[in-house]
Amino acid sequence: MTDTAPETPPGPAPAPPPDSARSSGAADGEDRRGIRLIEVTKRYPGQRAPAVDRVSLTIPGGEIVVLLGPSGSGKTTLMRLINRLIEPTSGTIVVAGRDALGLDPTELRRHIGYVIQNAGLFPHMTVAANIGLVPRMLKWDRRRTAARVDELLELVDLDPGAFRGRYPRELSGGQQQRVGVARALAADPPALLMDEPFGAVDPITREHLQDSLLRLQEELRKTIVFVTHDIDEALKLGDRIAILGEGSRIAQYGTPQEILLDPADAYVERFAGGGRATRPLRFCRVGDVPLRAVPEAAPGDDAAAVRERIGAAGTGFAVVLDEARRPLRWLFSEDLAGVSGPVGERGSPSAEPLRTRDTLQQALERLIQIDRECVPVVGARGAYQGTVTLATLQKALREMRERARTRRPDTARTVDTARTVDTAAGTEET
Amino acid sequence: MSFWEYLGDRRELLVFETWQHASMVFQTVLAALVIGVAAGIAVHRSERLATLATGAAGVAFTVPSLALLGLLITPLGLGVAPSVTALTLYSLLPIVRNTVVGLTGVDRTLVEAARGIGMTRAAVLLRIELPLAWPVILTGVRVATQLAMGVGAIAAYVSGPGLGEQIFSGLARLGGANALNMTLAGTLGIVLLALLFDGCFVVVGRLTTPRGIRD
Repeated sequence: MTDTAPETPPGPAPAPPPDSARSSGAADGEDRRGIRLIEVTKRYPGQRAPAVDRVSLTIPGGEIVVLLGPSGSGKTTLMRLINRLIEPTSGTIVVAGRDALGLDPTELRRHIGYVIQNAGLFPHMTVAANIGLVPRMLKWDRRRTAARVDELLELVDLDPGAFRGRYPRELSGGQQQRVGVARALAADPPALLMDEPFGAVDPITREHLQDSLLRLQEELRKTIVFVTHDIDEALKLGDRIAILGEGSRIAQYGTPQEILLDPADAYVERFAGGGRATRPLRFCRVGDVPLRAVPEAAPGDDAAAVRERIGAAGTGFAVVLDEARRPLRWLFSEDLAGVSGPVGERGSPSAEPLRTRDTLQQALERLIQIDRECVPVVGARGAYQGTVTLATLQKALREMRERARTRRPDTARTVDTARTVDTAAGTEET
Repeated sequence: MSFWEYLGDRRELLVFETWQHASMVFQTVLAALVIGVAAGIAVHRSERLATLATGAAGVAFTVPSLALLGLLITPLGLGVAPSVTALTLYSLLPIVRNTVVGLTGVDRTLVEAARGIGMTRAAVLLRIELPLAWPVILTGVRVATQLAMGVGAIAAYVSGPGLGEQIFSGLARLGGANALNMTLAGTLGIVLLALLFDGCFVVVGRLTTPRGIRD
């Protein structure tokens, strides 16, 4: 609690589960891509209270850190200090290991991606010209820029052939936002600043864009600072969340679990809001909870052997996988009664599988919608990982609650260095 | 002498004067464009300066053209110099005003975005602000051109070049031979020139406005 040294690494990092974007990695290589604000203050002339008051914040490399707060909490100001669209009055800002205040601001900004609400695309330039702006400023030649533009359009799920030559007004809001993200990624910057990027699109598109961002992040592992006032968006996207109060005071800085299950004060609790019993469903991912193990079988397996495996596991059914380990069907012991030879096409088709990055809420919805008590879970390239049932969800929620209970008040705080390291400076001195 | 005979008879002079008129308007508007856009760029960031600039241009505008030309005789004498000066002054107002309006009308978030991705101030102005303000500026230039066409006729009062000479001579000897023909030739010539220039602006507008912001 008293340790405010910014050098302290943010807690012991648990080994990230494979196929999950939600790790709190602070390995050496990643730290060099991180962003650090140390005692940063911004005072506007003629205003008594500083807009940003001695804020210290460490954003670990390769993570999404969400700045969450009501309007007027200075979250956008705090973000703009990082790329020096706003010059700090005092303090130190380190971006990817370099002192940001010692660099030429335009040069600094070319190496930090910037995405704003409504995408901010230049209407008089084609999609390709918009995306190619930063590479061209960095003196890439035409051919390399064009190749990069196509690559980025593919990356954000837009067909280069169809979209390259279009103008922004010919795109939907969601497509514009995708182009905005592509433009920010153009020169492959280590860090990305996103200022309420999905604030102005409809809820369905927003959900879609959030999922795309998470998928991109699995691949790219950028250091992302994301500003929003939407708690659900913060819980969904953030590896960590910084809840800001007045003067950019950091009320709490922690993982979504910590914010929801162990709010630092009444302000955070009010912000986290109601429905706390079901909220964990919305940010916890299927890949993060223990899945149910079910016997596996291939279409070529002998029916008797599979029957035996089902009996031994006591599950009453097995899952049939193809050569790429993609789930095909459920195979119940009744299906196999008196059958000899390979199991072949027997069994009943399984539901559309869940992905490890889906939330528990999506899992619950799927379970309620389909006419079965279990849904297969797949990871990268659709490979089977395990099975989710209602009991799996219940158990996961119970465990989460228990963890929070043991962690509650002071006993937990001293252990929980990950959170206190960076909040101490912000909370105690204001 | 009928009007057509008059035109045939004075063809060379009329072609010459028409050419002079067009050339004078073109050059003064071009000068006003350069000065006006530069002034607009210089003042548009400060609200007070912008108001001052458009105000000053507006005051110059309220001076009757005949009076302005007359006043310019003292410092500049007769002929081309006062005519060109007066025309440039008149053309400035719509150009300065539209440059300021066009530049301040550019979405601030776009300017923020441009700076946020690392464009220098000059690049933001040249590649974002001016192209986006261009349709508005061009409208100002178009208005300025029409204005210069009309004021250009009055330049004949200070012995300026152009078709105004026809009109003034005609009016001076009303009732005399060819008086009506002269006035008519000068007036029609200016109307035709104005239409021609306006047509050119439609083409120039289409060619210089990026497809993404064309109506």
